[in-house]
Amino acid sequence: MTDVPASAKPSRFSILANPTRFLELSGRLQPWLYGAALIALTIGLFLGLTAPADYQQGSTVEIMFIHVPFAWLSMMIWTVMSISALGTLVWRHPLADVAVKAAAPIGAVFTALCLITGSIWGRPMWGTWWVWDARLTSVFVLFLMYLGLIALTRALDEPGKSARSAAILVLVGFVNIPIIKFSVDWWNTLHQPASVLRVGGPAMPAAYLTPLLISALGFTLLFFALHLTAMRTEILRRRVAALSRLAARRAEA
Amino acid sequence: MQAEYSAFIASAYGISAVAIAALFAWILFDARAQRRALRSLDARGIRRRSQASAAGSASEAGQ
Repeated sequence: MTDVPASAKPSRFSILANPTRFLELSGRLQPWLYGAALIALTIGLFLGLTAPADYQQGSTVEIMFIHVPFAWLSMMIWTVMSISALGTLVWRHPLADVAVKAAAPIGAVFTALCLITGSIWGRPMWGTWWVWDARLTSVFVLFLMYLGLIALTRALDEPGKSARSAAILVLVGFVNIPIIKFSVDWWNTLHQPASVLRVGGPAMPAAYLTPLLISALGFTLLFFALHLTAMRTEILRRRVAALSRLAARRAEA
Repeated sequence: MQAEYSAFIASAYGISAVAIAALFAWILFDARAQRRALRSLDARGIRRRSQASAAGSASEAGQ
């Protein structure tokens, strides 16, 4: 630790720790992310909606091209927040809490959409909108955790004050992610087992797998674009709060 | 077969499109609101130290 010369060039990680530098870089990256997301989503969903009907599920297989990416995002966003939570607790990275707070509402929306599209798919295929099986219940718990996190990160007037408690909640909640992933293997569920990320490779013809992967890529890019915009806004919100306090102090003096 | 399911498929895609559009609009309006608040603070002469030294170094030097 001590043999690092003071004049050493800062690493990329610490350059990004400077919010002003982050605003500059993310501003340049942002339009490209939105553009790439739009292209991938257009191609993926077009291929998906023109794919032949499944021999068992008929045309309802088209719901898969949004439902599966939403499910994947609901877990990935919590994982992104968990890494950020480590950034808060271990490295005290100034942007880590901003990342957690900005990601929570986006994660809640995608998790809700995963539940809703799954329910709409379940009605014609399973004959029921909802069952309390392990997969559905664990995703529902994930949705409630997102809501709890949103409440916690916005409960205090001063932005950033809830950073530690939010980070701990995120890390404790991460336990649920492997439970969701393996729920279909550990318990008897109405929900089908994994057909993409499984031992022995994807169990799906290319006509479905290709559009699914492209659309999942598109939604992932869309999340990172939205997350970047929300993080930039959160940095500005904290500046507004700090400057407002400064203005109030000046007015008192 | 196709027509029987089309309402389910359309509602799944429709609800998703509306929800994502609403999320996008909210994130965009929030960004605008914070930028506007910063501008109005700036107009009242309340700036961050780093920007104040660039914009108003003359006034600070005078103090």
